[in-house]
Amino acid sequence: MPTFVRTEKCDGCKGQDKTACMYICPHNLMKLDKDGSETGHAMKAFNQEPEQCWECYSCVKICPQGAIECRHYADIVPLGGSVQPLRGSDSIMWTIKFRNGTLKRFKFPIRTTAEGSIDPYGGKPMPKVAELSAPGVYTRAVMGGYRAGNPAELIRK
Amino acid sequence: MAGTFEAPEVVQEELDILMIGGGMACCGAAYEMMRWAEALKAETGTELKIKMVDKAAVDRSGAVAQGLSAINTYIGSEQDPADYTRMVSNDLMGITRDDLAYDVGRNVDDSVHLFEEWGLPIWKTDADGVRHDGAESQKEGLPTLKDGGKPVRSGKWQIMINGESYKWIVAEAAKKALGLDRIQERVFIVKLVNDKNDPSRVAGAVGFSVRENRIYVYKAKSVLLAAGGCVNIFRPRSVGEGSGRAWYPVWNAGSTYAMAAEAGAEMTMMENRFVPARFKDGYGPVGAWFLLFKAKAVNAYGEEYMTKNKDMLNDYPPYGQAAVPASCLRNHLMLKEMKEGRGPIYMDTVTALAALAETLTPKEVKHLEAEAWEDFLDMCIGQCGIWVGENVDPREKNSELMPTEPYLLGSHSGCCGIWVSGPTDVGAPTTEEYDGVPAHLPKGWNWGYRSMTTVKGLFTAGDGVGASGHKFSSGSHTEGRLASKAMIQYALDNKDWKVELDTSVEQLVADIYQPVRTFLEFKDYTTAIDVNPHYITPKMLQMRLQKIMDEYVAGVGTYYNTNDKMLAVAEEKLEMLKEDSKKLRAKDLHELLRAWENYHRILTAEAHMKHIQFREESRYPGFYYRTDKNFVDEENWHCFVNSVYDKESKKWTCFKRKHVDLVDKSKLFKKAAPH
Repeated sequence: MPTFVRTEKCDGCKGQDKTACMYICPHNLMKLDKDGSETGHAMKAFNQEPEQCWECYSCVKICPQGAIECRHYADIVPLGGSVQPLRGSDSIMWTIKFRNGTLKRFKFPIRTTAEGSIDPYGGKPMPKVAELSAPGVYTRAVMGGYRAGNPAELIRK
Repeated sequence: MAGTFEAPEVVQEELDILMIGGGMACCGAAYEMMRWAEALKAETGTELKIKMVDKAAVDRSGAVAQGLSAINTYIGSEQDPADYTRMVSNDLMGITRDDLAYDVGRNVDDSVHLFEEWGLPIWKTDADGVRHDGAESQKEGLPTLKDGGKPVRSGKWQIMINGESYKWIVAEAAKKALGLDRIQERVFIVKLVNDKNDPSRVAGAVGFSVRENRIYVYKAKSVLLAAGGCVNIFRPRSVGEGSGRAWYPVWNAGSTYAMAAEAGAEMTMMENRFVPARFKDGYGPVGAWFLLFKAKAVNAYGEEYMTKNKDMLNDYPPYGQAAVPASCLRNHLMLKEMKEGRGPIYMDTVTALAALAETLTPKEVKHLEAEAWEDFLDMCIGQCGIWVGENVDPREKNSELMPTEPYLLGSHSGCCGIWVSGPTDVGAPTTEEYDGVPAHLPKGWNWGYRSMTTVKGLFTAGDGVGASGHKFSSGSHTEGRLASKAMIQYALDNKDWKVELDTSVEQLVADIYQPVRTFLEFKDYTTAIDVNPHYITPKMLQMRLQKIMDEYVAGVGTYYNTNDKMLAVAEEKLEMLKEDSKKLRAKDLHELLRAWENYHRILTAEAHMKHIQFREESRYPGFYYRTDKNFVDEENWHCFVNSVYDKESKKWTCFKRKHVDLVDKSKLFKKAAPH
């Protein structure tokens, strides 16, 4: 798609003012057709500009109903294949169907901490305003990532 | 409640710091900035007013929205930032700012270590040399990178990750740091506003909600403009539904470059572009195939063109003599095969996987297959769509490679962008040897605040920072962090300055909604709303831009060739297109978004064309050729090409700045560099 929305499965996110797919699409493509005037299907979402779809799958992954799938670019790809994810809290499952019927399944980790558990400044130092002009970032002393480099490499210094 | 389409509501807000964008750079900035803001509040009681405005949702915005299968910039304890700086320079044909690359290089691993702490799974190699994915390695008790864990290198600078949720994780940290009250999503900033009392200073920015009839006018003492690179200014190879399958994200509309230029910021290297060679049509990544699976690229007859055509590299000393030739030169060797009719070009996956299977157990082969698929599924699912639709099993069928349409960006093998103030401790020049630099611009490479543009108070990061490529996701995050410290300092130093917009709010509101008014005024003139002599749709305007750029400014249609005559034609056509952009129509808020994106694309494209015209050589063979100056001219053009735009006269002024090496580049080349 472009991504498309299965008429039977979409519930318009139960009449909330915005649907999950509208919330997430980075290119503002998903739209809730409130009165059905644009698609004939009231209170269901649709991809309003399929030729601008990056196939990033953000909408597919977030849809609580599993109502969104992808029919890959019709000007490029032969019909019949499908690539469908099921994204959980720590991993994602992919079901891949080839045009010739071959099926593959893969499962990959997506994060090693619980969603929402990040404590951005927990255990991190509180910098001093006087250090603002010192080089580097405020976690320099604790994250082990500063690479001082061989000073002799800087030939004009 | 919001206003109406005819009369939008206007919201005004005064800030100390405004961040435009929500990608890796702005997330990095937010994370670092809020800690310093907290320190400032604790020490002095001063509370800064800070806001981040994203045209999408931070969880999935920017170039990492889909995810990534690798972090492409990780220095590691075994390499020196100077080596990274040399690599960046070489891949961009010698013209980069060593101060900026070096600064990213020495700081970038800090961000990567944070990502792992936040939950990003990073692959590890165990003591036996076996690789484990990011979750497995944690279960096995392998140390984190911070504690000396060994990453899986898919290249000298790249490390493999399970990166489906990369952006989601980085966004969570940024959102928590900011707090939801400091984040405004679905508002598209379209214009910066200069200061009434000091035109060389930024005073704020304006934009609109893409969901409600509401216009936002922000007054801000300083602004971080980091809204990505530029996609879709050239006609893409796929022009139907597939036009969305850009290599770089299709929502990157050049807003960073256009808004900065209109505010008066000095631009740099806007002639540069990136033409990645990727899997054909899906634009899936090739790095893991080359580096992890050891596949070769071949022509239709199985010949390895990098070997067969290697003598062509001698035409471009010293760059051709580097151990790893620049990305553009690799394209140059591929294009010879295509132009002489020995295409298609293939990634020889069959031979590579067969060779690996010989030394691996069946279990390891299965794991390898999963890795190959994950490489696409993490960051370019569309490529999998093509493989399943065409029944491609990489063990049995090779896949085509193709150089894409050109992209403008400040990362990867791209270095266009804005000229910024760099670090002061690495030996950067403090004077400018070339004449012709407009007098109001700084002379040296630093002028007080790291990452500040030549407009006071206007900062950038990520794709915004020119003359320094190869920062990628981690480097963009780092650049955001470095900029944010300087922005806090700037806020402190300017706490008594009262910004005043140089344009009235009424005028700004009128400008932003002009495409709406044009539509409402003329829509009933014709029976079909898309064909009307009084306006142009954003879509048609974009197609006209793409046609001009493709046919005259070295797009795919001419195998990336242009010349002075073709550029002169493009110049004239772009001027008329820019005039016609005043007649853009917007029938709804979605089209208003597209209208402004495409206006930004026009200005970016114009900068690109003007810079190519000014630089009388072909600096990036394989990315573009000026057939009237088809050589790399080290004597006259080993320099930066910079420019400024005058928003009143709508004219560009291009000029040279002297290039200076801060690290020794001769180490790159097999023999001593002649220059």
